[in-house]
Amino acid sequence: MPADPSRTDPPRTAGPVRSARRQGLSVGVATALYGVSLGALAVANGLSVAQACATSLLIFSGGSQFALVGVLGGGGSVAAAVAASSLLGVRNALYGLQVGPFLRVRGARRLLAAHLTIDESTAVGAAQGTDPARRTGFWVTGATVFVGWNLATLAGALLGDALGDPRRWGLDAAAAAAFLALLWPRLRQGQAAAVAAVAALVALLLVPVVPVGLPVVAAALVAAAAGLRPERPGARTGERGGDRAGEDA
Amino acid sequence: MSTWVAVLAAGAIAYALKLAGHLVPARLLEHPRARRAGALLPAALLAALVVVQTASDGDRLVADARLVGLGVAAVALALRAPFLVVIVAAAAAAAGVRALTGWG
Repeated sequence: MPADPSRTDPPRTAGPVRSARRQGLSVGVATALYGVSLGALAVANGLSVAQACATSLLIFSGGSQFALVGVLGGGGSVAAAVAASSLLGVRNALYGLQVGPFLRVRGARRLLAAHLTIDESTAVGAAQGTDPARRTGFWVTGATVFVGWNLATLAGALLGDALGDPRRWGLDAAAAAAFLALLWPRLRQGQAAAVAAVAALVALLLVPVVPVGLPVVAAALVAAAAGLRPERPGARTGERGGDRAGEDA
Repeated sequence: MSTWVAVLAAGAIAYALKLAGHLVPARLLEHPRARRAGALLPAALLAALVVVQTASDGDRLVADARLVGLGVAAVALALRAPFLVVIVAAAAAAAGVRALTGWG
């Protein structure tokens, strides 16, 4: 754990580091709680308990996991499920760019940091005012979410297994709600909201026409098309909000 | 079996993407248009997933109790309810509609 003793001004760094640790722990615990829904939904969608837990250990990125589980459960192909999951993981690469400069890690630590690079650890880390506090925020949040998320997934998967028919308990509606909850904070940004609306319409129109899973992937093309359009003058301010670490923490 | 393939492949790609952000020189990913497309991607995908998860059954469009669940989720989100409350409220609404009316 990075706890840089600041030789020059200890009182000024101790506070921010402690506060970063507190923030990381509370965000981590709160986030981990919804691992329960993921575990239950995964099992309701036909994954085994072991497979549900493997998604949390290996993918470790909520949106990607919900997407994988949702597409597989809807009868989509492996390729469509992996594509939807992976496209949602692209944002983690952008987070790596953001946290790399203040983490300054090499070797095994860098490999570990990469796995913990998600919405929450990036958001808490980047929100701090000093580099030691940023490092503490990133590591504490990442580690807390990882442990809590995996335990919660196991608990949810066992619970889902015991519940039986998922439709009777409304678990299919819970999956839709989970996606809406992940989407919600992004709708505050105007361009993202417009892109989301078009993507939703495209998916609705494509469901009866193309194989299961592809409507979701087609939505990615909408985003790419919108993002690759030449920038309008004056649109600069809008673009910053969307690539910040998610508030869906 | 194929589910394991999906889980392992998605896991490998997810990690590769995370690592890429740490290893790739920033200038390669920092093209403004690429950044913008990347930033808009989650919103587009999540919106499509909401639609597919709410209104489809395989390759058919359907309207059933999930719509009620989604409406309740939207209200809960507007009231700033925590994630878990949103999920449970949506599930309870859909389950309630099914139990009481037999619809969907």
